[in-house]
Amino acid sequence: MSYFKSNPDLEASLKEWQEKISAMAERPGPFTTLSGVPVKQIYTPLDLRELDYDADLGLPGSYPYTRGVQENMYRGRYWTMRQFSGFGDAIDSNRRYRYLLEQGQTGLSVAFDLPTIMGYDSDHERSLGEVGRCGVAIDSLQDMEILFNQIPLDQVTTSMTINGPAAILWCMYLANAQNQGVGLHQVGGTIQNDILKEYIAQKSWIFPPEPSIRLITDIFAFAADHVPKWNTISISGYHIREAGSTAAQELAFTLADGFAYVEAGLAAGLNVDTFAPRLSFFFNAHIDFFEEICKYRAARRIWARHLKERYGAKDPRSLKLRFHTQTAGCSLTAQEPENNIVRTTIEALSAVLGGTQSLHTNSMDEVLALPTEKAVTIALRTQQIIAYESGVANTIDPLAGSFYVETLTDRMEQEAEAYFAKIEQLGGVLKAIDCGFFQQEIADAAYLYQQAVDKRERLVVGVNSFNSEEKPQLELLKIDPAVESRQVERLKKLREKRDNNAVCSALAGLKVCAATNENLIPKILAAVKCYATEGEIVSALKEVFGEYREKPLF
Amino acid sequence: MQQLVEELLKGNRRAAARLITLVENDDRRKFELLQAIYPHTGHAYVVGITGAPGAGKSSLVDRLLQVIRAEGLSIGVIAVDPTSPFSDGAILGDRIRMQDHALDREIFIRSMATRGSLGGLSRATKEAIQVLDAFGKDLVLVETVGVGQSEVDIVKTADTTIVVLTPAGGDSVQTLKAGIMEIADLFVVNKADLPGVDRTVTEINMMLDMKNDVPWRPAVIPTVSIRGEGIEKIWSSIKEHRHHLETSGRLAEARLRRVKRELTEQVEYLVKSRFWEEVKEKFFLGEIFEKIARREKDPYSSACELLDSTNFFERKS
Amino acid sequence: MNRRKIRVLVAKPGLDGHDRGARVVARALRDAGMEVIYSGLHQTPEQVVETALQEDVEVVGLSILSGAHMTLVPKIKRLLVENSMNDVLLVVGGIIPEEDAAALIAGGFAGQVFTPGDSLEKICNYISSNFE
Repeated sequence: MSYFKSNPDLEASLKEWQEKISAMAERPGPFTTLSGVPVKQIYTPLDLRELDYDADLGLPGSYPYTRGVQENMYRGRYWTMRQFSGFGDAIDSNRRYRYLLEQGQTGLSVAFDLPTIMGYDSDHERSLGEVGRCGVAIDSLQDMEILFNQIPLDQVTTSMTINGPAAILWCMYLANAQNQGVGLHQVGGTIQNDILKEYIAQKSWIFPPEPSIRLITDIFAFAADHVPKWNTISISGYHIREAGSTAAQELAFTLADGFAYVEAGLAAGLNVDTFAPRLSFFFNAHIDFFEEICKYRAARRIWARHLKERYGAKDPRSLKLRFHTQTAGCSLTAQEPENNIVRTTIEALSAVLGGTQSLHTNSMDEVLALPTEKAVTIALRTQQIIAYESGVANTIDPLAGSFYVETLTDRMEQEAEAYFAKIEQLGGVLKAIDCGFFQQEIADAAYLYQQAVDKRERLVVGVNSFNSEEKPQLELLKIDPAVESRQVERLKKLREKRDNNAVCSALAGLKVCAATNENLIPKILAAVKCYATEGEIVSALKEVFGEYREKPLF
Repeated sequence: MQQLVEELLKGNRRAAARLITLVENDDRRKFELLQAIYPHTGHAYVVGITGAPGAGKSSLVDRLLQVIRAEGLSIGVIAVDPTSPFSDGAILGDRIRMQDHALDREIFIRSMATRGSLGGLSRATKEAIQVLDAFGKDLVLVETVGVGQSEVDIVKTADTTIVVLTPAGGDSVQTLKAGIMEIADLFVVNKADLPGVDRTVTEINMMLDMKNDVPWRPAVIPTVSIRGEGIEKIWSSIKEHRHHLETSGRLAEARLRRVKRELTEQVEYLVKSRFWEEVKEKFFLGEIFEKIARREKDPYSSACELLDSTNFFERKS
Repeated sequence: MNRRKIRVLVAKPGLDGHDRGARVVARALRDAGMEVIYSGLHQTPEQVVETALQEDVEVVGLSILSGAHMTLVPKIKRLLVENSMNDVLLVVGGIIPEEDAAALIAGGFAGQVFTPGDSLEKICNYISSNFE
């Protein structure tokens, strides 16, 4: 059955047409998506003969949610414009956050520096040269207090990109909210907390898989009881894509991770409907416009189907795949960086047409350094222009029914299912990580892509084609080199003035608890409240959990 | 050269590294070097570790280093990975697992590609072992991927050979490549947290028990290298094997065999290289090949002609 | 018989885990016939230099995307010199503003700095041209 009325002779006339155009010269290709999926000259109702509107698409807000997770989508309100930012120390970043909120940004998104991400304090020898460089340096609750100074945590939601030590930074945020007089039930936001994609792609890990997953399920359980508005995990394809995967790999590996978390939650004795509604996702928006839109649509459909059919979720909220999107950092070019504004616009548009819940648009200079205020403003304005001027948000899922879009959406789903089968065959996500399956697939795709660019089979404007000799004249953000010493000094003072006995006993309690099956979150919360530093808490946990080591694979 | 050797004997790490490069590049001066260091070799005990790709050999070596270092021994590691047949290049990533030991002055790690040696343990590897021996290492661990010829080669070079297996998704041990059972002095079944480990261990033991009258019965040790489980046992089993070899006189025998082989190989190598050098000066070989291909000549008489044209075997004729 | 092979250490110093570039470049160098030793992630400058020493490499390629290049590159160069490895070619790749790249080259810390958009061919050619 088909929803499209067509000439019964379409097949014949299409054939005739194809013969006609096959005699015509074609411009150079490649006629594939960015991920290498072949694209036909034309799509017609014949491609959608199998499509069942109710089973495959449905209405927005209803199963299988292909057209969107909310009933009214952007007719109710726009997506959250959430620019990921953070640099220097908490004072610098607090200033930037307040600027962004004044400019009309509707949510915060914290970028931490690498020592924070890796669980080291700013005064650790491995932190040398890295403090405040690619995000904000946070060592203790004190820094968190400064970071959100004059920002009411009951009115703003905050996303924090933190994984290995997510539980610790989350506890600092919660403790700070309590200090502001905001109850935990009022606090909203997201922690990335997705350790699987760290092993797969981003490679900022601390603990081995087992205790890492335990920390995650502890967060699920604690949030279900005390912080109901918090998104406890943001299952991320973004970094998988940035590491070089194809769109289908991003989709498949991310959802496979999602299923693994669901299974971990079930194994920890939780009911799927108590934690699944708080799972959220994070995807990349790359430059192939239609492929990306289809990826988001397929993602919603696959998630809903699996949660319902495989995991028996009853609560509709468990079936809804809500996601944040960031435009592709790896699509930006250092050459002619102003062109990045255009790339980001196309990518942002695909995220919006794909029904994202929140969006970060990259700044044009992010391939050179952390963005300047001017570049961030243009990036935010890009979203505002899409929302308020372009009109694309006036109707829901406007590309549904496109012969091409529906065909490609189906194909995405099929490719993902093939990957799920392969992962299953390898013994599940953890085993597949252990034998390097994901890592190898991604590295292969990255190398193929780079070779295609090098051979000019794929053109990148301003890089391997249409380049001008002109050197970029962008003003770049400079991180004050004194940030590191300032932060180290602040940390030193903190260690002197806090109640060190309380810190010691909190850390001792934490270690004892880590060796049991008890939920760790209350103990971490207690430790951060007496100003134990992140590095101290991580060290204590490492003593019990050990550390993850990289796979020697190529 | 003299200076490099002196530096090596004094324990200079840079000199050791340089000299390994020299043997690896098949540098003309390498015989001079090997002559110079030979009197200083014979101290190191050589342990070979082989097994299929992905068996976890590098992490096993990493853990083993930790255990052995605790007894104060100094260790050299040679990690061999295959050269790409397409480009002659290689990516050597075994170190990734061992980088915690990078700053330990008593551990020296060197990655080597197989280069032209067809998957076998190259001459260069054996020579690099000599360099590390003269360098004063108590123990040299040689890690090779168990494909092709290398597991057979390693047994000729190592005093103790360890074969690393995994439960391998329930594959029966019977399907193991022929020959692998014979070379091991010690079996390690790594990733023993995977299902099927008991069966693998039992099967190996059964196969070993079928052989009577063997002077040494290899142990079969399950390990989980990423958690460090079973590593102490490997080390004590290596020590037991060494003790057995030393007290039974088999170590001396094996080393004598090795010397014999080394001398034979060396003579053959010299004859071969000198012969071709001389022949290539006198003849345009391409022409001879063509003639043979056209059946105007045959390889057998041509070989004799070439040999006779040199003064290699004058006395015989 | 003097088979000369260019040996390159590809290293990720510092805390950043973005190894896409390092891995792609490692493969390209291998395919250009070089022997590449990959250090793995999260290496300290001391580990990088000791590895370069033991592996006796001609080239050290550092991949840094964290912004810590102005601290890490000079430190690694200094350690190389202290270990009399002045002749080792130090090459850097990553997110590095032009001004910093120029300073690293002018200061004698790095032979060359590559940034996003530079082709693999350019990188391979630069390295091999140093050993002709």
